[in-house]
Amino acid sequence: MEDSQSPKMYLYRRLVQAKLSIDTHYAQPIDLNNIADEANFSKFHFIKQFKNIYYKTPHQYLISVRIAKAMELLKTGTPVSVACYAVGFESLGSFSGLFKRTVGTTPSDYLAQQQKLRTQRNESPLNFIPGCFAEKNGWLKKSQF
Amino acid sequence: MITRMTHVTVYVLDQESAFDFYTNKLGFKVVTDVPMGKDGRWLTVSPPEQPGFEIVLFPVAKSGMSKEAADALRELVKKGTFGIAVFTCRDIFATYEELRIKGVEFTKVPTKEFYGTEAIFKDDSGNWFSLAQIN
Repeated sequence: MEDSQSPKMYLYRRLVQAKLSIDTHYAQPIDLNNIADEANFSKFHFIKQFKNIYYKTPHQYLISVRIAKAMELLKTGTPVSVACYAVGFESLGSFSGLFKRTVGTTPSDYLAQQQKLRTQRNESPLNFIPGCFAEKNGWLKKSQF
Repeated sequence: MITRMTHVTVYVLDQESAFDFYTNKLGFKVVTDVPMGKDGRWLTVSPPEQPGFEIVLFPVAKSGMSKEAADALRELVKKGTFGIAVFTCRDIFATYEELRIKGVEFTKVPTKEFYGTEAIFKDDSGNWFSLAQIN
């Protein structure tokens, strides 16, 4: 492995810190220039190096994190408008557009799908578990869950 | 003919702790999380880019084994007896660094091997996994 003090590992460390900063502060207005500054990079160099590792620009990565977090909220039944602002989007229109482009369905359709899935899981959990596991653990069709 | 693997069981010492480790540290996605009866829970997670492959996080205590077998299994898991799987990543140095910062314990730092670069880490129970960036 590269020496932990080597320039390459130093570079990795700064980029990973930037990524983790996005993971933590995604719901806040994030100025990616500041993240580049904190990482001691020029903006151009920062974007290039970040993309080399994560296959996305920092901005694309931020959007993907926000969409993933919105999906988690919608899965639990959070209304679309609440999920939109909770993950850091400032416009319902841009959220819906980005969500559909990423997930392939609108946030409201996704919310409805997840609601249906949740109901099915609650009513018939055994339909979601391979039978061999259920049988081994005594989780039988006649059981009340 | 067999075409795909869809589920694999990982025996864990504490299901809630494993939930935290696999989701918040490794970044895996929860596929199914449903209560099963009074104190059962069916919990599966997947690597972010492999949603069709479910890792069943199964607590040793609820494994349906005899007490003797469960006690023996618990000790073996704790001792790090079981090497479960190989995970791949795009950039092993960045992934290693991120997991290290998050507190994941590595028993082998990224090391060049003939097939790529490999590190080894343990989950919160003691199961170990290879993390590899294949050539």
